[in-house]
Amino acid sequence: MNQLTLIPVLPFIGFLINGLLGARLPKQLVALVACGLPAVSFLLSFNLFQGLASEGGSLDVVLFSWAALDNLKLDVALSFDQLSAVMCLVVTGVGTLIHIYSVGYMAEDKSFVRFFAYLNLFLFFMLLLVLGKNLLVLFAGWEGVGLASYLLIGFWFEDAEKTAAGIKAFVVNRIGDTAFLLAAFLLVYCCGTLDFQEINTSFSAGGLSPTMTNAIALLLLLGACGKSAQLPLHVWLPDAMAGPTPVSALIHAATMVTAGVYLLSRLSGVFLQAPEIMTVVAWGGAITALVGASMGLVQSNLKKVLAYSTMSQIGYMFMACGLGAFNVAMFHLTTHAFFKACLFLGAGSVIHALHGEEDMRKMGALAKKIPLTFITFMLASLALCGIPPFAGFFSKDEILWSAWSGIGGSPVLWAVATLTAGLTAFYMFRAIFMTFFGADNVPERLRKGIHEAPPTMAVILVVLALASVVAGFIGLPGLWRDWLGVSAPFYDFLVPVLGHGGGADHHMELILMLVSVTIAFTGVAMAWLLYLRCPEMPLRVRMKATAAYRLINDGYYFDAFYTKVVRCADWVSEKILARHVETTIDTLTTNLPADLAQRASKLFTRLQSGNVSAYVFYVFAGLALFLWWGVIHV
Amino acid sequence: MDRYVLLVGLSGLLFSVGLLGIVIRRNLLVVMMCLEIMLNAVVLSFVTFASQNQNVSGAAMSFFIYVAASCEIALAMAIVVLLVKRRGSLDLSVHQVLKG
Repeated sequence: MNQLTLIPVLPFIGFLINGLLGARLPKQLVALVACGLPAVSFLLSFNLFQGLASEGGSLDVVLFSWAALDNLKLDVALSFDQLSAVMCLVVTGVGTLIHIYSVGYMAEDKSFVRFFAYLNLFLFFMLLLVLGKNLLVLFAGWEGVGLASYLLIGFWFEDAEKTAAGIKAFVVNRIGDTAFLLAAFLLVYCCGTLDFQEINTSFSAGGLSPTMTNAIALLLLLGACGKSAQLPLHVWLPDAMAGPTPVSALIHAATMVTAGVYLLSRLSGVFLQAPEIMTVVAWGGAITALVGASMGLVQSNLKKVLAYSTMSQIGYMFMACGLGAFNVAMFHLTTHAFFKACLFLGAGSVIHALHGEEDMRKMGALAKKIPLTFITFMLASLALCGIPPFAGFFSKDEILWSAWSGIGGSPVLWAVATLTAGLTAFYMFRAIFMTFFGADNVPERLRKGIHEAPPTMAVILVVLALASVVAGFIGLPGLWRDWLGVSAPFYDFLVPVLGHGGGADHHMELILMLVSVTIAFTGVAMAWLLYLRCPEMPLRVRMKATAAYRLINDGYYFDAFYTKVVRCADWVSEKILARHVETTIDTLTTNLPADLAQRASKLFTRLQSGNVSAYVFYVFAGLALFLWWGVIHV
Repeated sequence: MDRYVLLVGLSGLLFSVGLLGIVIRRNLLVVMMCLEIMLNAVVLSFVTFASQNQNVSGAAMSFFIYVAASCEIALAMAIVVLLVKRRGSLDLSVHQVLKG
């Protein structure tokens, strides 16, 4: 078996070992298998990545033919090109780190083995998604990560609320998946292939009607929205925080939710031919970023703040995609994976220290008690807020620059994105001040045994925090490149797949950069003013703007609206479909023919008299008829 | 009249009588006997044709038929005994369990 196939297969083997035999193995061995195999996958990915970086050209492996029809051949094939390489490194790298973290975090859990089996299963499907050479393999991974996400959100299934959150995530994803599937059907119909490269070439060659191109792009976008928690299909992500914190870090921040961005970049050829849909992508992303950030302002649950932040950051990535800057979206995806994983794991460390308490109102003044967690959380937050020179600054600023100068970009779009950056800084520092500074609101019963994270968790926090600090330097913005006379290895590496993207004219960039940094600092200062300087202010603000507060706190009534929709559908289904339509159809298609058959059978049961002589008579009567027929016809 | 024609006619007549008996008679034993008559009619036609064509295998066939017939009647009588034990009657109309 070659290296490329091994990358996804190794976590699957881990899943099989832990899933089937794990209950009988010692805990250390389970942890070793669960962390070791993804680590080997990471090393293999890194090895292949080095080959790719030095030689170029993608690596394809056809495993087997899944279906071979007259004009459509579907292979189960893997492909390792620059785009998959980046995703693969992020998934296996961050994935392995989070696995190791989980060993410490889940040590006390009674379903330790099941957790790692699911986690490995998730990695397998995610790698399948990332490495698939065609839409079919990607779809298999796509559905698989949905399944793994469902299993892990509802991991503590004794709690009905958590199970419900899992089901909600699964169902909402299903809506997006339906659109995805329809797009795949249309692609087969139009291009006769599902291979990414062939799809992109056939689209860039033109020849498809604009309506069809738009329809395909729109359906793909809807599919991506479902998986990546974008408006209007974002409602599952905040609830998904019911899962264990490492799961939130791995699936609902670093990897799975970014699959939508990966899909858009992968099929960039399709989207570039549909400029109207590109505008929708860009504005949809911008609005999601703003809405997500605004909802993050009022949350009191630490993990939910991060969940809305994730939604908002992925909105940024979508916006970059919609502006044609797919490489920038991928860069933000990478840096986001580091700092958001670090934030979630830091939050996990806080929750771990407080024995499962997630409400920020019951925290405070923790900075001195868990200093390492605080420092790493702080670094990752700075990266998220776009404070230079942390990773998030470079990636986010490049997106803001695209919003200003990219194709379809405009000052309005830039303003929305920059406002979001300010809100991001505000809600992140609000979370930091509520958690680590200010008054000590920890309830008495949790006060005992507040402890720093165990070594396996602490090491991971440090590694991810370091990555959040330095990762930005592999993709410096154009302006900095000119200043320092260096190149941006990240963007150069992606050129064969995603092209250059972004304008060459940088004279406005410096001003925009200064503005966005100023706004970020303003956000921090506002948070400081409201939550440290005068802690009674937030309440007063809330009293003043009751309507706005309720609107945001209720998530812009999306959930209420969907509940109404479901209720309506329920009503239609019960009062009309079940009571009238179904009974009519039943009568016409089932009961009526059945009655007819029964009556006909009554007619013929007379023949079955049980009288042997009668049977003999029938036999010979038949024979006589047969002979008579023979005599006439021969 | 040629004696062969006479004999074949006789076998046909016997067969018809047996068939008629099976169809119209009610008594189980009589029905069995009628069955045997039909069988004998067949044997008679075998022998007749064997003699007409100077062919010994036709005559040999009659012995096989008798062996098969005796086996069959042994089984059939056992079944008849069981049926009579069950319902206490030889009347066919009583044994109509398979009525649909």
